Amino acid sequence: MLPSELKKRIAGLKPSRRAFLAVSAAAGGALVVGYYTLGRGKALKDGALNAFVTIAPDNTVTLVAKNPEIGQGVKTMLPMLIAEELDVDWRQVNIEQADFDPENFKGQYAGGSMATPENYTPLRQIGAATRFVLVQAAAEQWGVSASECTTASGMVHHASGKSAPYGALVKAAAKLKAPDLKAVKLKDPTRYTIIGKPTIGIDSPKLVRGAPLFGIDVEVPGMLYAVFHKCPVFGGSVKSANLDEIKKLPGIKDAFIVAGAGAHVFEAEGGTASTGLQPGIAIVADSWWRAQKARDSLKVVWDEGPYAHHSSEFFAQTADALLAKDPAWVYRKDGDPAAALKTAAKTIEARYDYPFLAHATLEPQNCTAHVADGKCEFWAPTQLPEAARGLIAGTLGVKEKDVVIHITRSGGAFGRRLMNDYMVEAGWISQQVGAPVKLIWSREDDVQHDFYRPAGWHKIKGGLDAEGKIVAWQHAFVSFGKGHEFASCAGLDPGSYPAGRIPNLSFGTSLIQTGVPMGPLRAPSENAMVWVFQSFLDELAHAAGKDPIDFAIAVLGKPETKPLGAEVFSAARVLGVLTKVRTMCGWGRKLPARTGLGVAFSFCHLGYAAEVVEAAVAKDGTVTLNQVWAAIDVGRQIVNPMGAENQAQGSVIDGLAHALNEKITFANGRTVQSNFDGHSPLTMRQVPPVEVAFVLSDHEPSGLGEPAMPPVIPALTNAIFAATGKRVRSLPIDPAMLAG
Amino acid sequence: MHYTLNVNGQDRSVDVDDDTPLLWVLRDAMNLKGTRYGCGAGLCGACTVHIDGQPVQSCRMPVSSLGTSKIVTIEGIGDTPIGKRITDAWLKIDVMQCGYCQGGQIMAAAALLAQNPKPSDDDIVTAMDGHLCRCGTYLRIKQAIKLAAEGS
Repeated sequence: MLPSELKKRIAGLKPSRRAFLAVSAAAGGALVVGYYTLGRGKALKDGALNAFVTIAPDNTVTLVAKNPEIGQGVKTMLPMLIAEELDVDWRQVNIEQADFDPENFKGQYAGGSMATPENYTPLRQIGAATRFVLVQAAAEQWGVSASECTTASGMVHHASGKSAPYGALVKAAAKLKAPDLKAVKLKDPTRYTIIGKPTIGIDSPKLVRGAPLFGIDVEVPGMLYAVFHKCPVFGGSVKSANLDEIKKLPGIKDAFIVAGAGAHVFEAEGGTASTGLQPGIAIVADSWWRAQKARDSLKVVWDEGPYAHHSSEFFAQTADALLAKDPAWVYRKDGDPAAALKTAAKTIEARYDYPFLAHATLEPQNCTAHVADGKCEFWAPTQLPEAARGLIAGTLGVKEKDVVIHITRSGGAFGRRLMNDYMVEAGWISQQVGAPVKLIWSREDDVQHDFYRPAGWHKIKGGLDAEGKIVAWQHAFVSFGKGHEFASCAGLDPGSYPAGRIPNLSFGTSLIQTGVPMGPLRAPSENAMVWVFQSFLDELAHAAGKDPIDFAIAVLGKPETKPLGAEVFSAARVLGVLTKVRTMCGWGRKLPARTGLGVAFSFCHLGYAAEVVEAAVAKDGTVTLNQVWAAIDVGRQIVNPMGAENQAQGSVIDGLAHALNEKITFANGRTVQSNFDGHSPLTMRQVPPVEVAFVLSDHEPSGLGEPAMPPVIPALTNAIFAATGKRVRSLPIDPAMLAG
Repeated sequence: MHYTLNVNGQDRSVDVDDDTPLLWVLRDAMNLKGTRYGCGAGLCGACTVHIDGQPVQSCRMPVSSLGTSKIVTIEGIGDTPIGKRITDAWLKIDVMQCGYCQGGQIMAAAALLAQNPKPSDDDIVTAMDGHLCRCGTYLRIKQAIKLAAEGS
């Protein structure tokens, strides 16, 4: 897959994204299987049966974790799939993180909650095919039929009483022809001993001892340390700097201007293209602290570029002016919304807005690079090494095949590390100084040079008929981009629910062009749109005088109905999670004064989630979260329940931070916030109990990095409405607006 | 400047600038990478170590201010009885997602239990509130602290 296709697939920018996901999902893994081989083409280690499985004489099994571990648990979960079908005990398994190795591994990325749907079947097939050759080797040695042999706990057994550990069969098995992956027989799930069992993270024992697993922990002999000081104004560049002074400071090895190269995100059409190397000043020292401290003495004359006047006020005023007019581009129109609004029994209109957000991974962006003497080696926390390789090769003028990328554990990612800007910076600096260099961004760099979740401004008019059915939905919004091209993740999917269920509906937009970099943040697009849509649906429910869950079920209609553009959407599965959460939370029970329950649901990244928040609002506007309930359907099998619950709770808590805490603003073309005091995740004090239930449905298992995140925001603001009669239409929630 | 610091029970010598924060002394001069940089401003708690038993954010602690203090880091806390109970509880519940903040969380939790062996929910929140977890593992952190306290 080309990096550009992969990026589109993950980032979810284009209207066709869901259709694209649908193709992949409908293929049920068959499409993906073709990517997998047993990887014998490349030199393998002793005891290796293929690129994924190595078995030592003492029967220790080493499995390769091919995808980046960013806290979503794939370094444990993916090898569990292989181990299950290989029929070994989990305690005999070691796991090794793969380097980026496209010859042996496909789909080496973390994004779009795709690790489970893309690998659930293929990795089980890898395990089963490996088991197959081990059984075959035993059968040949014993002169019996393979069909008479069984396996358990890494041993092959025969009815005659003969048995052998896998470790003793590896040499013979390695000479046998591997079976066709698609033809291997997989276990009956009722026989699973690993899949579905709560399993602790393979690195957890190391993490509690502070082991050096993250990118920022990498040490390479002879390594220098670097900071990279970019223009605070997006789209700006360096005119001059006092480099001679900087070079005289203690421990400074070099300081130089980087002019920038490649496609700058600001110059690309609509801001959608991959980043190039931004202009800035590199300071290289014998310790990171000395490099960082030298920045205090740095004096730079910047060319602030064309966007220095951009600010949050400018964006809000521009959006206001644009929303006063017809949208520049109407890209979905069903029926005649304007006419239907005129004849509707009741109409309502509302405006919603939400801010830019930063990813603020706790481990700041960093990369260690050694680009010298024909070497081109990288150690980095990256979600998308394939794109990194292309970016590095193109920018540094090296061949892709010469770029070696070691994938480290990521201290959080949330979409930030799909962009590999920090990698190309480290590579460039290393190439200039001819030594290995560890680049670490300061927290300030990280907050001020993100690819932000785009802000947006929406105006929706809705019409109900006399029975309280929605007959019209006219939706205009202001976002970012150029012409008819949305900036990265600034779009609204034309298939967004409830499109397809309302006879007269339109989606139209007007776009603002800016230099602010934008990109995917966990549940891209849905992290904002679900709040807008599920809030307005709640408004319509109240306008119709209906219970919000009854109303939601009525809008859903027949379980088979499918909205256009979202082929994999299943109303039956929405109904499943909605009815489950209704029971979980005791919907309809009597609540104290100024306390309310709010509900919302979403479908994203192949998963379904319905969530209810119970919130209490004090007279001064302080919001207290009493409890969250989440019902989630990601198919028939939860691979690792231990990690799954953690992901779901973390997603909910992440969403609550969007609702309560987080906001990035701009002034004079630059980011105002610079650290966690201005943009904080939820703190322990704010966190309510989060009860999670998985609704198992007879569908292929899908991922959990994202689906539980979007609905909690509207569930909270709908709960606030239920508690106070006040509708939150701007995020983050302003308690002052709820006082009284 | 030359400094001798007592870290995890051992005297270790380093040559660093006076204003170097303990965080970077540990990470880069002593190669103890478990104490982690998150904010550099005392806002996230990822760099928490114990100095004479007190939880301290090492990113704001210049090396020149340390004297003969006894420093314990995440690499050493598991060797203390409380630290062992906490790390065991952390593993039993599998608190971690990315794990980047968890060293600081464990150090804060160990300091809490040393001073207050049976903390209430409020005590836990008060002690832990400044320790950010971007993955949102707070519910398990709370649960693990309670589990460790039960074992005391």
